[in-house]
Amino acid sequence: MDFNATLIGEMISFAILIWFSVHFIWPHINKAIEDRQVKIAEGLNAAERAHAELKSADVKVAGEIKQARQQASEIIDKAQQQANQIIEKARAEAIAEINRLKASAQDDIASLAQRARDQLREQVGALAVQGASKIVQREVDASTHKALLDQLAAGL
Amino acid sequence: MASEPTGGLTEYIQHHLKHLTPHTSEGGFWAVHVDSVTVSLVLGLLFCLWFWLKARKATAGVPGKGQAFVEIVLEFVDGQVKDVFHGDRRVLGPLALTVFVWVFLMNAMDLLPVDLLPWITEKFGVGHFRAVPTADINMTFAMSLTVFALIIFYSFKAKGAGGYTHELFTAPFGKHPLLWIPNFALNLVELASKPVSLAMRLFGNMYAGELVFMLIAGLFSAGAGLAGWALYGAGIIGYTVWGIFHILIISIQAFIFMVLTIVYISMAHDHH
Repeated sequence: MDFNATLIGEMISFAILIWFSVHFIWPHINKAIEDRQVKIAEGLNAAERAHAELKSADVKVAGEIKQARQQASEIIDKAQQQANQIIEKARAEAIAEINRLKASAQDDIASLAQRARDQLREQVGALAVQGASKIVQREVDASTHKALLDQLAAGL
Repeated sequence: MASEPTGGLTEYIQHHLKHLTPHTSEGGFWAVHVDSVTVSLVLGLLFCLWFWLKARKATAGVPGKGQAFVEIVLEFVDGQVKDVFHGDRRVLGPLALTVFVWVFLMNAMDLLPVDLLPWITEKFGVGHFRAVPTADINMTFAMSLTVFALIIFYSFKAKGAGGYTHELFTAPFGKHPLLWIPNFALNLVELASKPVSLAMRLFGNMYAGELVFMLIAGLFSAGAGLAGWALYGAGIIGYTVWGIFHILIISIQAFIFMVLTIVYISMAHDHH
């Protein structure tokens, strides 16, 4: 077969066919390819972002746990201090109460003793009058000797 | 067509429908269609090399355009296999991919100008070069018989020698001894129809497509003068339109060959 017009006609048609493919078929294939690339790139990006977010969340969680632990220990410290203070206060109050009770008891004792002494003194006076009237066999007028008797009693 | 005798076109087509065979064995059983063998081998190697290179350089990250294209083809074929066959896809997947891409590439040879490759080969002193291996019935039968062998292999593998023999004689009518012969006859017909239909469909479509290209090419030398130029223009338009339409046909034929291969082999796995 020689080179002739048939081959030229076919080559022209082939050129048109290539032009058609380039303009109407290849764009579709190219779009599918690029869509796929975009999809994969987005998927990878999303995964990376999620990974980074997880990492930062981990850091945040660790920080918060540390903070919470610190706060807890602070609270415990404060509570211990408060407890100590309360104990101190209670002890001081108890001591004060004890002292107060001791003082009032001592007062009571002192006044009781005073009263007993006074009563004794009066009775000693009466006894002395009785004793003296027995001795002198007569009535001793207590009122006339009151001053004397009082003096005696006071001397006890 | 008045100035050109019909014999010219007939001769032109007959010339084009002759395969390249070594002269010593022309026409006989041992005639080897060197053109079909060469083109199919080159295209098969091209496919292997192309996909192998892309697979070797494949990244898990954002793929380049070449890789994305290969991935799209791969995903498409794998999706087809997955839809039909619910088993281990490690053999059927690559097989379907090979069938699809290889048949597509061989079909695509039809888009080249029908006189281009013969003209080139003639410069090297070789006439009768047919560029489309799938328009050679030997090529399509070679592929369909390979698929047939796989059908038989997987039938035995999935059901065992006893099970498959049992099925050949008892399906689809029943187990009664009187029905053994009809069952077997029907199964033989069904089995034989698979490679025959597979090969004939592809061959028929591609052969007819090639023939239409040649008939249209006949218009280029159909007339002289103004009428001749008008026919020449009509030839260019017709050749282009048929070429564009043929893009559809070659894709569909490659797809059908692949899907039927998958279906037949997955049927071989099914138990009746």
